[in-house]
Order: sequence, then structure tokens, then C-alpha cells
Amino acid sequence: MNTTTTLTFSKLGCTRGGRQLFKNVDCTLTAGHWLYVAGANGVGKTSLLRMVCGLASIESGDILWNGIPIHKQPDSYRRDLCYLGHLNALQESMTVQENLSFTTALSGQAIDTAQLQDILARFGLRGRGGQLVRHLSQGQKRRVALSRLALSPARLWVLDEPYVAMDEAGVQMLAELIASHLQNNGLAVVTSHQRVPIGDFAAQLLELQAS
Amino acid sequence: MNHVLKTIGLGQVMLAVMKREIALGLRQKGEVLTPLVFFMVIASLFPLGVGAEPRLLLRMAPGVLWVSALLAAMLSLQRMFATDHADGSLEQMALSPTPLGLLVLAKALAHFLLSGLPLVLMAPVLGLQFGLDSRALGILMLSLLLGTPTLSLIGSIGAALTLGVRGAGVLLSLLILPLYIPVLIFGAGAVEADAAGLGIGGHLSLLSALLVLSLFFSPMATAAALRISLE
Repeated sequence: MNTTTTLTFSKLGCTRGGRQLFKNVDCTLTAGHWLYVAGANGVGKTSLLRMVCGLASIESGDILWNGIPIHKQPDSYRRDLCYLGHLNALQESMTVQENLSFTTALSGQAIDTAQLQDILARFGLRGRGGQLVRHLSQGQKRRVALSRLALSPARLWVLDEPYVAMDEAGVQMLAELIASHLQNNGLAVVTSHQRVPIGDFAAQLLELQAS
Repeated sequence: MNHVLKTIGLGQVMLAVMKREIALGLRQKGEVLTPLVFFMVIASLFPLGVGAEPRLLLRMAPGVLWVSALLAAMLSLQRMFATDHADGSLEQMALSPTPLGLLVLAKALAHFLLSGLPLVLMAPVLGLQFGLDSRALGILMLSLLLGTPTLSLIGSIGAALTLGVRGAGVLLSLLILPLYIPVLIFGAGAVEADAAGLGIGGHLSLLSALLVLSLFFSPMATAAALRISLE
């Protein structure tokens, strides 16, 4: 049943401020594969990803999840989705631990202390749980944001420039995390200016071009 | 390798949102205290301005206290979604499987606990300045207790609509103050009606009705406004 999971773009188009960014984008992604969205600055990568999440409305064309348009099944689709944008979604005046328990609560889950310690250690943040996010470096904040992925039950990961501010080890770790997600029949849509290989998984390339 | 977490119900998600809001509020004490001090200062300016004529003060008290409370409650509205919008938490809330309306409701209730409830508790102290007796003070508190949650709920719509707009503060007041009028009329009216020897049942029932209506409709309106702001 897992193998039937699909994400489909059908004649997708987008205009921003009266300018056509892209149109007639067709693409199908199946479970266990990842889509690498490439293109120059301003070509509409982030806009595309926000449309995939349902944060931006779809002007022309459609995005289908398992064959059904996403706006017709917002609740079940959101359960399947984990989005990581440019912003880390961390409150500066709360601790790492508080932030993580809040974001997991938002996805309808509870995390206990042992799991929290475990996940922080895995992301190279051992002993940082009680620290205020404001006192972390940019890269560490990104790591905290990324640890959400490991906790999320979502099938579809939508990652906008996930490697920004990460050191080499962090980039490697994230690539491994995505690889294990794909191994478990997950799907991922990734934009990045760094072309990082994800294990042995060949990228399905979607090159956006200025029209 | 992968973590399997316990799933929790909608109520617990809402509770988590409220706990976070309250923890944040208590950590930024200035933001909680400013509206309270504002309330105290505005309400204290009137006796100084109009003179110490006891009967006049007594007559004005319910209206003055209610208007001050209304303005104070509005001070903190603007921040309701601003920080979450800036750091991206709002996007995550909008993408949560929990309906955004329920998350918004939790935020509005937390706003009431942080800004409305302290006003209710402080009102009798200020009422004494106007020479209100204990019965009138009790009714004032009761009317504020029923009215201030409505202020937070209606206010959340305005906060969502003006999110990310330049000069949001003024726009917010222009949008929201007219909507606060019914709450003001029945809230202040309850204390006056009792002083005039009339029953207060009608006023309190109408205040409760406004509360129920806004509990039902404002989260939906706020959620819709937030989704527009996020685009």
C-alpha cells in the first residue's frame, strides 16, 4: 500500500506580482523518491514549495496527493506533511527543549525526556536542551529545526534550503536522515543551491526556468 | 533509529499552545505589566481631571473603568501573532493537523488569562477610587469577567487581519474598537443598572451571549485571516 503514495503536479503555474514565474509544470513523485527542485534565484522555488504545503494558493493547475487535490483533503494531507522553510520556527526566548516539545505537540504528538535527550544527542546538541534558543548559533538553531524531521511521522518532507548554515558534518547527517526517510518509503521535495547526494537515491530533477 | 512518539488529542494540543503562550508572557513581564499599568493610569486620570465630586465620580465609574479596561486589553493584541509570524511558528501552526481555529482559540484564551484576568482582579482597587461600594465592585468584576474574554476573541480577528501591515497598531484600533461597543454598553450598563435599582440579569445574559457567539465565530474568522496573511 505504501508504494501507492504519490505527489503529482499537474500543469502547475504561478504568478507573483503580475509576473509569470513558471507554468505547465508536470511531475509525479512516488514513494521512496525525492524531487530536487533546481533553478536560479527568483525563479519560484520557494513559491512552488509553499504551494506544495498549501500555504500559498494554487493559481493554475493542481497538486494531487494520492490522486486527490490537496485543497480537497487539507486535514489528512497536513498529517502527511512536514515543512521546513527558511524560518526555523523557534521562539528565541524559550529553551531548545520547550521549542521541541511544542513543535511535536503541534503535530499531535508528545515527546518524553528520554526521547528528547536522544534526539538532541543525535543532532550534535547534547546537553543543550535547557539552553535558550537565543544563545545558540545559527547552525545550531538549524539543527534544532531539522530535528523536527526525525520526530515527524509525516510521509512527505518539504525542505526549503535545508543545508543553509550547516557545517559539513551537519550536511552529511541531514543527507543520511533524508536517505533513511526515503528507505522507509517516504517522499521528499528539496530545494538547495548545494547539490548534496542523498545516499544511493537518484534525484528526480525539476528544473524551473524563467519564462 | 526512528522515534515513535505518543499521539495526543486535540485538547492536549490546545493545552500545549496555552502553556507556551503563558510561559512566554511570564518571561516577558514588561509586556504583561504594561497594559495593567496603563489601565491603572488611565482610570486614575479621570478623578484628577474632573475633580473630586463624589456623586459625579460614582456616576462615571462604570463607564470609565470599562473604557480603560478596553483600551488596556487592546494594547497587547498586536503582539498576539507578531512574533510567531516573524519566526515562522505561525506557518507551522497553519500546517498542523490540528485545525488552526482551535490553536487560535487557545491563543486567545491565553491572551485573556494574561491580559483580561489581571484587569478583572485589579478593577475593584481602582473602583474604590471612585467610591463604588462592595456590591457595585462585585458586579463590575463579574461584568469584566464575562466581557474581557470576548475582547480577546474579537481582538484576535483584528490582530490576524493587520498582521505584517505597516502601522498595524492604529489600524487595529480602528477595526476593533467599533466591534467592542456592544461589550462596553452591556458591561458598563450592568453596573449602572444595578445602581439604578434595575435587574442586571439582562445585561449579564447579553454579555454571556456575546461571549458564546465570539467563542464560536471568532476562531474561524481569525484562522481565515491568518491564512490570507501567510500567503
